Formats: sequence, structure tokens, C-alpha cells
Amino acid sequence: MDWGTFLSQLPIVVIVIVGVPAVLVAYIVGTEYLVRLLPDAFRPRVRPWIWVGPALIFVFGFLILPAILTAKTSLESGAGDFVGLQNYQRQLGDFPTGGAWIAIRNNVYWLILYTLVALGFGLLLAVLFDRVRYETFVKSLIFMPMAISAVALGVIWKFMYWYQPPGVPQTGTVNAILGIFHQDPRIWVQDPSVDNFAIIAAATWGITGFAMVILSAALKGIPADLLEAARVDGAGEITIFRRVIFPLMMPTVVVVGTTLVIFALKAFDVVYVMTGGNFETDVLANRMYKLLFFSGNQGGAAAVAMILLAAVVPVLIFNLRQFRAVEARR
Amino acid sequence: MSVAAAADRPGTAATAARFSPQWIAGRLSGVVLHLAVIGLTVAWMVPTIGILFTSFRPFTAINSSGWWLALSPPFQFTLDNYSKVLSTSNLGHSFFNSFMISIPATIIPVAIAAFAAYAFAWMKFPFRDWIFLAIVGVLAIPLQLSFVPVLSFFVAHGITPSALPPGLQYLPVWLAHTGYGLPFSIYLLANFFRALPSELFESAEIDGAGTLTVFFRIVLPLSVPALASLVIFQFLWIWNDLLVALIYVGGQPEVAPLTVTLANLTNSYGQGYHLLTAAAFFSMFVPLIVFLSLQRYFVRGILAGSVKG
Repeated sequence: MDWGTFLSQLPIVVIVIVGVPAVLVAYIVGTEYLVRLLPDAFRPRVRPWIWVGPALIFVFGFLILPAILTAKTSLESGAGDFVGLQNYQRQLGDFPTGGAWIAIRNNVYWLILYTLVALGFGLLLAVLFDRVRYETFVKSLIFMPMAISAVALGVIWKFMYWYQPPGVPQTGTVNAILGIFHQDPRIWVQDPSVDNFAIIAAATWGITGFAMVILSAALKGIPADLLEAARVDGAGEITIFRRVIFPLMMPTVVVVGTTLVIFALKAFDVVYVMTGGNFETDVLANRMYKLLFFSGNQGGAAAVAMILLAAVVPVLIFNLRQFRAVEARR
Repeated sequence: MSVAAAADRPGTAATAARFSPQWIAGRLSGVVLHLAVIGLTVAWMVPTIGILFTSFRPFTAINSSGWWLALSPPFQFTLDNYSKVLSTSNLGHSFFNSFMISIPATIIPVAIAAFAAYAFAWMKFPFRDWIFLAIVGVLAIPLQLSFVPVLSFFVAHGITPSALPPGLQYLPVWLAHTGYGLPFSIYLLANFFRALPSELFESAEIDGAGTLTVFFRIVLPLSVPALASLVIFQFLWIWNDLLVALIYVGGQPEVAPLTVTLANLTNSYGQGYHLLTAAAFFSMFVPLIVFLSLQRYFVRGILAGSVKG
């Protein structure tokens, strides 16, 4: 965009940047003024709803109500007639390779590999880094991929997996490393026997820093005298890790694990950029997007979304339990 | 915290006498540790460094040799890729769009969440705890469930980029990001607000301070760390979001953010890595600056969001 167009947009920019906060402050100040006009007894009853009101409207309107409507759409044909479980039948009928099954299989790969590798690597890095003085510096380098978009991550890793035919110098990092070991280059993102793992590896590279940062904070929360006592008793470092550090970190590992599970189920951007879901790399989120925008199949898209919801429900219940347990301790 | 942990290291072996077998073993394990740490970190940075170098290499060099050879003579670096990708694609305008989407879509949910979190933390109303529990539950719901109904509502009511006047064209994404960002924002802020000492509120009430005064003069100033974390978090999340933008403004290049444009370029440029790497780096520098300068707050936000849960 050149400066001319930018200047022509400037008034809009100013209006938006100043106007949006002004509206928000005006809302809360204006309604409070109105509340003060009410009789004393009513104020405490009305006021809370004014403060939570906008949030409730948004959460209800953008998440809860649409989820209910999607459940309904998943039972309808494109014309809006009730068709029972037909959409689910189409998505889940042809086990093991038809309908949504490839996507479901890949989401299971994601769920297991992405979650476990990110947790494992995150824990390893947290423990190793805890022992060096330049910890903060190396941690922020590992964490950096968290700041970039999954789209940029996809470009970065497509470039890592770049393929040139055998005999030509390999310009992709991964294939060049294979070349050092006299292996033939592979078409990493188009070969169904490896492409899912290649994509999951790329996504895991991006998220490991997240697991590391949280696990590292939990590690630092372990009292030093506890570890000292174990060392005085003659326990080796590995025993200390297995018997003292790991059990104490377990609650955090579980919390990070559930977050990663949700990320794995929602996986979309990386797949969209690296393969578009082709070559048997489809995942549920991408399948839903394709059904909605390329096939115009709202019922099918809704059914896929409901399958995703079904997968999330255990995590959701677990989160609520955790939350209530924490509340009970308050 | 780290000071206490740093005091005791197996590698330092401070107690063993110099050149004794224990001293040598300790030194060796120290060397191995540092090699492992530095090796892993360097390996982790290879993908990013690769595209950074590539984005400054000439087209012919990129296609004939690996990026690591950029470090050996002849040193060929150029800005051509950047000028070409900025002049032939929509990236410059998308950069503007990314700001126009991210700034309001950060301010609106954070403000609305702050209002709600204040009520959840310090006001009494019927079903309060149940509503809060519902919000914690909604945190895990996949956004996919909302796309079909919300999109048809927007289309039916003319809330689409093509139907709205300039400047308001971003409205569908602002609204969507507000809805999607609220559960996490409310959760994080309510936890923080509740931890503020109740004496503050009691003494303010005795002084005759109204709700607004307490909120703007006491709660918000004391919550700057939590607000900063949340603002950075939300900003980066929206700046890096592809899915929500694709759904609500996907087909409109004049409102598409960087992520959407970059994703389209990966299709149209195919293996044109001289342009793709430059475009990718162009989309990364704002979040990288935000992240590197405000990392402390970002990390704090992540910890507050997950450890307490």
C-alpha cells in the first residue's frame, strides 16, 4: 500500500482507534449514571448485570447459541429438512478410509505424537536448562516460534522439507541432512507414508516452547531443600527426577497435556498451508472448512464440528472438575 | 526462585579436590550439559535462520545451493526479494489490515472482559458461580461449532466486508474475535481481580467511592501486569490467526490480514522460496518485536492461564 492510500484511510484509522475505546468507556460510565437514578434498593440488583451483560451476550451469541444451532444443522439437509443421522452416516459410514475417517485417524496421530513429543521435549529442555546460568536466554530462543503464526511456520517447514530430485544438490535442510548419510531425498509433504509425521513434527517444533515454559515454572516451584535432602540421602540425579521431581510436576504436566490435546484436536493452519489436507493429511478442522466453503455442505460441516466437540467433551469435563477442585481449596 | 535452584548444580562439583577423579567427572558432565543445551538450542533455531538467510539471497543462489552456503564466499545478499514481493503482492495492504483487525479486536474483548471479571470477582448476583463455571467450560469448545450459524447470521444482516462501509469492513472479524477471546480473558482477569485484597474495596467504600471510581482508580491500576499479559496474548493470537479471518473475511483481499495473504501466496508461488521466505519474514517481524520486547508479560500470561487452571 502506498502513502496516498494510507493517508486516505487515516481518518478511519483515527476514528477506529479512538472511537472503539470511547464507546466502551461511554457504555460503562453512562449506564452507571443511569443506575444511580434508580432507588437505592435496586442498584445492587441491576448493576452486576450491566457489568457482565456485554460479555454474556457475546459468549452466548458467538459460542453457546451457535453450538446449539450447529447441533441442529448437523441433523438437517442442505434445504433445512430434518434428515436424522444422515450427515453423520456420510461422515462416519465408510470405515476405515471413507468420509471423515482419514481426518479422524490423522487427528489421533496429532493427539498422540504432538502432545507426547511436545511434553517430553518440553520437560527435557526445562530440566536441562534449569542447570545452566544462561537459562533465560536459551529459553526465549526455544520459545520464539510461539510468537510467529502457524502460516509462517508452515512456510518455514515447507522450506525445510524442500525436495530436489536425487543427484541435484539438495536445497532443503532435511533432505540435505539425509544426503550426508547417503540416503535418498524424500518428498516429505506429499508422501502419505511420512507426510503426517512431517507436518506434526513442524507443529511440535512450534509448541514445545510453550510446554517448556510452563513446566520450567513448575520445576522452579519445587523446594530446593527437598532436592537437597534427597541428594544427602545419596539418591542419584535420575532417581531424584523419577521419584521426586516428576511426581511433584505431575499436576502441571496434566494441565499442559490437556491444553495440548485441545490444540491437537483443533489443528488447522499448519495443515492448510503445508498440504491443504491433500495426500492423506486431512484433519477434522480442515475437512470442516472444505465442506463448508468448497462443497457448500452445511450439514456435513456441522456434523464434523460435532465430532470435534465429542472429542473435546472429556477434556471439558476434566477442566471443570479441576476448576471446582481449585475453587474448593480457596 | 531460580537463585535457590542455581546454588546447587551437579556439574559444578565445588567440593571435590582439583584434578581428583570426581572433579574430572564433574567437569566432564558439565561440558556435556553445555554441549547438549547449546546444541539443542542451535538445532531449534535452524528453521528460522534458514528462512531469514534465504529471504536475503538472490533467486539463482536459492535454487542451486542450500541456504547454509550463504555463510561462505561469494557472499551474495540482496533486498530484491522483499521489494519484489511487496510490489507484486497484496502484502503491504494486508499489513495495514492486520493492524486494523488486531488493535480493536484486542481492545474490545479485554475491556468487556474486565467489566465482567470485576462483576464476577466483587459483585453478588444470582447464578454467579454457575455462569462462571459455564465460561470455564466454554474455554474448551472448538470454534468450528460456531462458524456456520454466525456466518449465516452475518450474511443475513449485512455484516460482511462487501456490505459494510470502509473502515467498518473489519467489523465481522472484530465481533468474532471478541466472542472467541472473551472466555479466556474473563477467566484470567477474574482470577487476578479476586486475588486483590478485599480491604482495598472496604476502605474505598468507607471513603464513599462509587463503583466506577473503584474500578478505574483501584482495580485497573493494580491489574496492569495481568492486563498487559492479556493484551499481548490477545494481540499475538489475532495477528497470527488464520482460521477466523479466512471464515469471516476470507475472500476479500482488501480486508484480508497478513496470514490470509501469506497462505494464498504459498499456493500461487509454489516453490518460489525467494518470495515466500521474504513474505513469511515480513509477516513475522511485528509479533517478533512484540514478543522479544514484552516477553516477560507474555510468559506470565501463559502461566496464569494454565498453571492455576
